[in-house]
Amino acid sequence: MSCTVSMTVNGKTVSREVEERTLLVTFLREHLGLTGTHVGCDTSQCGACVVHVDGRSVKSCTALAVQADGADVTTIEGLAAADGTLHPMQAAFREHHGLQCGFCTPGMVMSAVDLVRENPNPTEAEIREGLEGNICRCTGYHNIVKAVKAGADAMAGAQATPVAAE
Amino acid sequence: MYAFTYQRPTSLADAATAIQADEAKLLGGGQTLLPTLKQRLARPTDLIDLGAIPDLKGIREADGGLEIGAFTRHAEVAHSDLVKRVIPALASLAEGIGDRQVRNMGTMGGSIANADPSADYPSAVVALKATVTTDRRTIAGDDFFTGMFETALEPGEIVKAVRFSRPDKAAYAKFRNPASRYAIVGVFVARFGAEVRVAVTGAAGSVFRATAFETALAADFRAEALNGLSVKADGLNADIHASADYRAHLVTVMAKRAVEAAG
Repeated sequence: MSCTVSMTVNGKTVSREVEERTLLVTFLREHLGLTGTHVGCDTSQCGACVVHVDGRSVKSCTALAVQADGADVTTIEGLAAADGTLHPMQAAFREHHGLQCGFCTPGMVMSAVDLVRENPNPTEAEIREGLEGNICRCTGYHNIVKAVKAGADAMAGAQATPVAAE
Repeated sequence: MYAFTYQRPTSLADAATAIQADEAKLLGGGQTLLPTLKQRLARPTDLIDLGAIPDLKGIREADGGLEIGAFTRHAEVAHSDLVKRVIPALASLAEGIGDRQVRNMGTMGGSIANADPSADYPSAVVALKATVTTDRRTIAGDDFFTGMFETALEPGEIVKAVRFSRPDKAAYAKFRNPASRYAIVGVFVARFGAEVRVAVTGAAGSVFRATAFETALAADFRAEALNGLSVKADGLNADIHASADYRAHLVTVMAKRAVEAAG
């Protein structure tokens, strides 16, 4: 049984005919070709598939595409500026090498951006707690936590700049 | 996942009609149901998504306590200024459920209707003398959970809201499984005047009250009042994470922590 699902993904309106059981991550990867969102465990634990739905981070392997019908979805592909300038959180992950193999990174970055939006100046403990839903099997998390802290500072700086210029 | 028909009714009445279909299932935030479907452990013919029904949403003050719509997500409860002001222990419990992404999707109604023995909310429903409102009736929190994954809900009955009483003091302490974040043992302690309630989740097939603890704390609301008290290990859950004896031990430890946190 199929249905039409429409949503805004990274600022663009998309509409596709899909089976009702289609997961959001499948919709993004296979129907839209946005393969930056990864499928890690497929059991709702690892967080490699985290995207934002109406500004909230969710595991796209544990949501149906139809549940996001009408929603505003952002994936890792939607974070950087149109000219390719990395989002401050992406830049911080690169700068602090918050990754090794990189498989978990899209989910880590999306979770981190959501975390910082809610808590602009998180402590190390709050970062670690905030990343509970994301598993990395390479890094031991240390550089990820450093990257998120630096990314949070950079995001605060990016927001403060226009004010300071006035 | 097997195929199903998806429906997203916009009124409770339409949802009540839709759920009458053979083998239909209600969908809240889907954080338990969707993983279950992905493993093909269930095969509903219809999924009735409750996410578009305004009557099921929102947090209100009611009778001095709180009324929380069934389709209120854990993150909304955790971040609500109203919940933090009226029953801060409930906000704190919600903040400890699963992880951020689960809290952003999972709903209170879904959690209590599923009645996972290790879920957090059942302890609050029982300790805070809650009543569960459905599309058919009102059920006392004490009568709602009837067993492992079993509730007093009839087939097709839909949880509308949960009404919590406001305690004088309350706190929830949880010893969690570090991987799943479910409660290995969670204890919710609430004091209402001379009455104290102690509700335990995670330890047994279903949430239960530790009545001997309640009596001791009613006489003396300090952690020390629980010295020497314990629940019997007989019948408690035992698995690779914790034996029944260990869970029994944890009930006292968590109860003491909750009393200390309640202040």
